[in-house]
Amino acid sequence: MNRAVPASEAPERAAAAAPASLTHLQRLEAESIHILREVVAECERPVMLYSVGKDSAVMLHLAVKAFYPALPPFPLLHVDTTWKFRAMYEFRDTTARRLGMQLLVHVNEEGLRLGIGPFTHGSQMHTDVMKTQALRQALDKYGFDAAFGGARRDEEQSRAKERVFSLRSVQHRWDPRQQRPELWALYNARKRPGESLRVFPLSNWTELDVWQYIWLEQIPIVPLYFAAPRPVVERDGTLIMVDDARLPLRPGETPMLKTVRFRTLGCYPLTGAIESNADTVPAILQEMLLARTSERQGRVIDHDAAASMEKKKQEGYF
Amino acid sequence: MGTPPELVAADTGAALRAQEPRSLLRFITCGAVDDGKSTLIGRLLYESRMIYDDQLTQLAADSKRLGTRGGELDFALLVDGLAAEREQGITIDVAYRFFSTRRRKFIVADTPGHEQYTRNMVTGASTAELAVILIDARKGVLTQTRRHSFLVQLLGIARVVLAVNKMDLVGYSRARFEAIVADYRDFAARINLSDITPIPVCAVHGDNIIQPGAAMPWYSGPTLLEQLESVEIDAGIGARAFRMPVQWVNRPNAEFRGFAGQIVSGSVKPGDRIRALPSGRESRVGRIVTADGDLQRAVAGQSVTLLFDSEIDISRGDLIAGGDSPPQVADQFEATVVWLHDEPMLQGRTYLMKAGTRTVSATVTPLKHKINVNTLEHLPAERLELNDIGVCELELDRAIPFEPYTENRALGGFILIDRLTNNTVGAGLINFALRRSQNVHWQVLDVDKQLRARQKGQRACVLWLTGLSGAGKSTIANRIEKKLALAGRHTYLLDGDNVRHGLNKDLGFTAQDRVENIRRVAEVSRLMVDAGLIVLVSFISPFRSERRMARALFAPGEFFEVFIDTPLAEAERRDTKGLYRKARRGELKNFTGIDSPYEAPENPEIRIDTTTVGPEEAAERVIAHLAALKVTGST
Ligand SMILES: Nc1nc2c(ncn2[C@@H]2O[C@H](COP(=O)(O)OP(=O)(O)O)[C@@H](O)[C@H]2O)c(=O)[nH]1
Repeated sequence: MNRAVPASEAPERAAAAAPASLTHLQRLEAESIHILREVVAECERPVMLYSVGKDSAVMLHLAVKAFYPALPPFPLLHVDTTWKFRAMYEFRDTTARRLGMQLLVHVNEEGLRLGIGPFTHGSQMHTDVMKTQALRQALDKYGFDAAFGGARRDEEQSRAKERVFSLRSVQHRWDPRQQRPELWALYNARKRPGESLRVFPLSNWTELDVWQYIWLEQIPIVPLYFAAPRPVVERDGTLIMVDDARLPLRPGETPMLKTVRFRTLGCYPLTGAIESNADTVPAILQEMLLARTSERQGRVIDHDAAASMEKKKQEGYF
Repeated sequence: MGTPPELVAADTGAALRAQEPRSLLRFITCGAVDDGKSTLIGRLLYESRMIYDDQLTQLAADSKRLGTRGGELDFALLVDGLAAEREQGITIDVAYRFFSTRRRKFIVADTPGHEQYTRNMVTGASTAELAVILIDARKGVLTQTRRHSFLVQLLGIARVVLAVNKMDLVGYSRARFEAIVADYRDFAARINLSDITPIPVCAVHGDNIIQPGAAMPWYSGPTLLEQLESVEIDAGIGARAFRMPVQWVNRPNAEFRGFAGQIVSGSVKPGDRIRALPSGRESRVGRIVTADGDLQRAVAGQSVTLLFDSEIDISRGDLIAGGDSPPQVADQFEATVVWLHDEPMLQGRTYLMKAGTRTVSATVTPLKHKINVNTLEHLPAERLELNDIGVCELELDRAIPFEPYTENRALGGFILIDRLTNNTVGAGLINFALRRSQNVHWQVLDVDKQLRARQKGQRACVLWLTGLSGAGKSTIANRIEKKLALAGRHTYLLDGDNVRHGLNKDLGFTAQDRVENIRRVAEVSRLMVDAGLIVLVSFISPFRSERRMARALFAPGEFFEVFIDTPLAEAERRDTKGLYRKARRGELKNFTGIDSPYEAPENPEIRIDTTTVGPEEAAERVIAHLAALKVTGST
């Protein structure tokens, strides 16, 4: 992001910033671009895990910048659980077409055949089979040796110590004892045949940074992030959108139209909406500045007590 | 969430504008266990509204259950997610925390204060621009404080905030505070730390963290947050000479050839004269390309793509430097190394070294001394263990452009990578280039290896026989040499025992000495190969790493690893020299196979199983192998 810093209205602040100094977003952007390029320079077959959410949108935007005027020299991979919001599928295909990038979609066919889904098998099993296992299948199938993910350290306590370059064994396992120290901007991308790296270019971004950057750079995102009237049911204190006919309504439940938006996006039955009127990025930012709950609260999956984040990560979930 | 309330203007546009020009400060917090580091960070997060209601509810519950504050909110719990992991044996080095105010975004490197502290602190400090050093007001300056300060200084952090915590427990005493500060300044001056801002704080109550503490009216300096918000960031890095390591060459089509990288110091504009290093070729900047349009100027910190006026051969790992003031290029350095791995650093061993965007091989030549981080004493040492810091010389296989770490962190800092495991095992800071590396040039001689070998009607090579003591190496080597000599070849046999009586009689059997033993023999055989000979080396050479080092000295096709594979039980049964018996009785220390490991070759050129093949047949097989490759035939 190379736009000039606008002259600030507060004189004290203008004095504090030396003319040549970069803003926090410019520094984050430059760091992420550096990371993206290191992987492309040192790995054989990188891929970008594209989850269609806002973090993926920012990561993809950074990739376009990092390799401009060339296209990012890797494909996008969407691990499709088949339970994403319809608007996400639409957005995913439009985005790949707009950028002219190759999009690979992988579904765990075995899971599909067994009919694994969030309602029949619970969120934990669904996530494990359709997301974690599916991801491993896809990485093996194409032989990728490095995969970019959009995770941020501020998302959750156990991520605070995650490396930018995270080594995975031949079985895709994360061995917390084998993680390499990371100093300066010197990332160690070496690995043995079969081992792979997960790389997180947005490690040092916060949710607020992501939104500000989306606003400043006018990055397109899935419309579900913006408030609009949508059919929802309230279930265990969470607003679940009735995105298609697969949502089994419980006795007494009737979808009602509410003006809602989503702070994170995943499988629609597992993603809670919040009531909001914020239908522009500035309005979302404004709401965030006043918000009193964390982003992950909307993820039903986190409430699943048996499955701690740490455990999921060891198994290969992002 | 996010930012203090003043930011939340009724008009969203104003809120956004106020957000935009923030700067970024990365800092590290250091303190001994229980000095209050977690409490302090937790409070900063809380007071800058980075804590959400759902987390606060959790905190209130945890505080009642686990807190040390009698049910009051215990902020330490907010950042103590690490405790549980420690129990599970998970390596925690650094946890990163984020908060922001309307002026700045902050990234805090939080390092647990326990074992492996040096490694963790060095990792966190490598990217920090400021350090908050915590002191418990009751305890004053401790050995730990000195150690942290030394590491802070070593890693090139110029600015220190000395947070004297738990002032409530010393009656908010000004005299106590001033005595600690004087004591600290005394020590800091000895290690050249001068930019110190002392602040008396009480982390549990929040005094002088964000707001001035009413209990300390005598203190008129900045609060911790004020200091963090106003300290100058990276002053001067933009004013220095232009430097950009090339990460990636961008060639989308025949017309466009751009060099992508992140500028590490100085600035650049179209028309500037540049020099590419190590080649020394010059050109001028044509365009500075970004996806947002060409730039008229780019500065330190930015990631850009440069186009040059003339076709110039540059690849990843090269350094683009301002034309008037290019940095030095050298292949031998003195460096300070911090060891990060359980497997120690040995003299003579070769590692991969990543510096900037370039990876080369680096051999540890002498290790001069290690540094006691508590007393700053220099101690003689032969190896560096985990968390040791030492000063050593490094010899690279190629010359690289560099600047001393104290002048440029990005061009003077490097990591060492184990060639076998690929682990990051060390971190280093270049102090200076050794003079001999700049002056000694390789003598290019008219009579070369090929000519010398041709005169002898052979191709020069080395047969490297490795295996346990008593495996049969010497017997087989002797037979091979005899056969070659009979066939008119020019040979030489280097035998482990014989060399230890002469060239290597100063070496024992510790791991370091074994490494040095092999290094010398490898170098000697290289000279002999250069002289055109077929060299037979008969050495136990138990470590893979050294055999690899030896192999790396030779051109492809010149080095043959011959594994004389005899199981330990069999070698011990033969025990031709009686050494195994001695070792078993404990009269011989570090005996290979007994109390020192033998790492069998993974891919030897030739493997001889002595339980099925006798010495004569073994020698014939080796010779057949060489003949098939036309090594011994005349050329
Ligand atoms: N009285 C007092 N106690 C403090 C202060 N700061 C921290 N503590 C207490 O000191 C103990 C250790 O604090 P903690 O933040 O966990 O230390 P850490 O090991 O450095 O992270 C806890 O019981 C804190 O509540 C302070 O300013 N005053």
